[in-house]
Amino acid sequence: MNLTKEQQAILDGEKGDVLARIMKTLIRYGELFGADAMVPVTSKYNHLVTSFGLKALKPVYELMDKLIEAGNLSTQKFSADPRPLDSNVPSNFLQNFIFKNFMYSRQEEYEVQLNQLGLMEKDAFTCTCYMDEVGNTPAMGEVLSWSESSAVVYANSVLGARCNRNSGIIDLMGSVLGYVPYFGLLTDEGRKAKWIVKIETTKKPEAQLLGSAIGMKVMEDVPYIVGLDKWLGGELNDAAKTYLKDFGAATASNGAVGLYHVENITPEAVQMGESLIEEGAQVYVVDDAELERVYKSYPVIWKNKEARPKLCFMGCPHMSLEQLTDWTGKIQEALKAEGKTKVCIPTVFTAAPAVLKKFEETPYAAILKETGVITSYICPLMYMNNPLSEKMPVITSSNKLRTYTSARYYTDAEILEQITKGGGK
Amino acid sequence: MKEFKGRIVAPGTVSAPAVVSHGGLNTLASFQKALQFGDKKATCGDQNNPDLYGKQMAGKALCLPRTIGSTTGGLVLYCACSMKRQPACMLFSEPIDSLAAAGAVLADVWLDEVSMPVIDSLGEEFLNYVKDDMTITVKEDGTVVVE
Repeated sequence: MNLTKEQQAILDGEKGDVLARIMKTLIRYGELFGADAMVPVTSKYNHLVTSFGLKALKPVYELMDKLIEAGNLSTQKFSADPRPLDSNVPSNFLQNFIFKNFMYSRQEEYEVQLNQLGLMEKDAFTCTCYMDEVGNTPAMGEVLSWSESSAVVYANSVLGARCNRNSGIIDLMGSVLGYVPYFGLLTDEGRKAKWIVKIETTKKPEAQLLGSAIGMKVMEDVPYIVGLDKWLGGELNDAAKTYLKDFGAATASNGAVGLYHVENITPEAVQMGESLIEEGAQVYVVDDAELERVYKSYPVIWKNKEARPKLCFMGCPHMSLEQLTDWTGKIQEALKAEGKTKVCIPTVFTAAPAVLKKFEETPYAAILKETGVITSYICPLMYMNNPLSEKMPVITSSNKLRTYTSARYYTDAEILEQITKGGGK
Repeated sequence: MKEFKGRIVAPGTVSAPAVVSHGGLNTLASFQKALQFGDKKATCGDQNNPDLYGKQMAGKALCLPRTIGSTTGGLVLYCACSMKRQPACMLFSEPIDSLAAAGAVLADVWLDEVSMPVIDSLGEEFLNYVKDDMTITVKEDGTVVVE
């Protein structure tokens, strides 16, 4: 690693032992991937994946205490992933007891730590920090030290920023140090596509299903996607961004994708086109049959596979304003057609606090409330990851939630049918 | 018996029985329940990993191609190490991914009393050869003996 004088001095301990260890950590981490330099982080804000005061993560909080005690705080303000608790979300007595007293018993003190380290503002908790309403939206070419797989893949692909798939803690350390190792998705070479994915479906592919299929096929490689632009209307508008948010989250959680290019849509593909494709790239064709195959491959781990769903979670990653208004209309219409006024399954829509605030200012908020749908800023994944929630038959259209929990995946159309027509299949 | 040579990510020597994942290991999905609910065996909780689901990972030689999934992966591994519920070693057939690398380096730099040798780039043949419960020995120079 070629270090500048300043970086070498930090490594030598001139700015304290803790910062020296941080430098050592990031150098060793970078050298594993061939990094030969540490480059400045240039974004205004950082984003951290660790938002939850999970008792099991005690070693992380102890490490953060070391940074705080040494005065090594984040050089940038940051947002963090969603909070794990919200009393708006249906839960029984036992769940509440376990959430508050066992699982997330350290939530309050952890939020104090985050504030000390540099949280943007008290409600900056969302996995979709890049939404306009939240304000952590990096510009094209900026170097980030983010984590959260769905946010990293969005920042790289849709915004054209440059960020590796950093782990929690590494994200914070890059921001404390102000430098990150130069490798992988920070480099031009690392942003080239090793796969060409041809979309040959007869209708607009379900974002979460297509992302899952591509993630499982290409794993950590960069795909260049051809034929999706026609289903996205040919431009990167709000609807396309929402689609790519969900698509990307599925590629990142069902595989390990950190960047994708969509021909004629994402900024680098628009600028550089097929020159982004590496010589000898493999080809993956996605048609209706392939998506059906992938859908049918998902295991259902409910004890009673025919159980009537007890809860529906939408918004992993958090929903956009466009999704909230669109779903409000769809639910209202479907209920009307059924002669009903309320959804049949307790349903929770999750979004960033700032997006929910904006939504509340629209007439759609009252309409959605009338249908019985609950809005929340919670992380559905954090709600689901315990033995009590695991036994609940929960449905979702999130492939990320399906992957990490016992929640059962359905397409958007199937979810709409279930929550408005009676539930169960 | 067969020997494989890889790259040392985190140094150390160890001998332990193998558990093998032929697909990518989803670190969060695999370890989260074990860390949250005091399972000292670190039983794999990833429903999507038929090779490992329900099997003990703590103290075993975890053989895998790579890790996948949430970017909490590195800190989850770091916590597993800090809580002494880590695999005896992690042996990657492919070059290590950024999340597993973070966990391995964090544990090595920040935890003084924990050892989890990590070797990567052992090759596809390694993963084809090794089976559950075979005895794995990791040597100082990154050689992995499977018998």
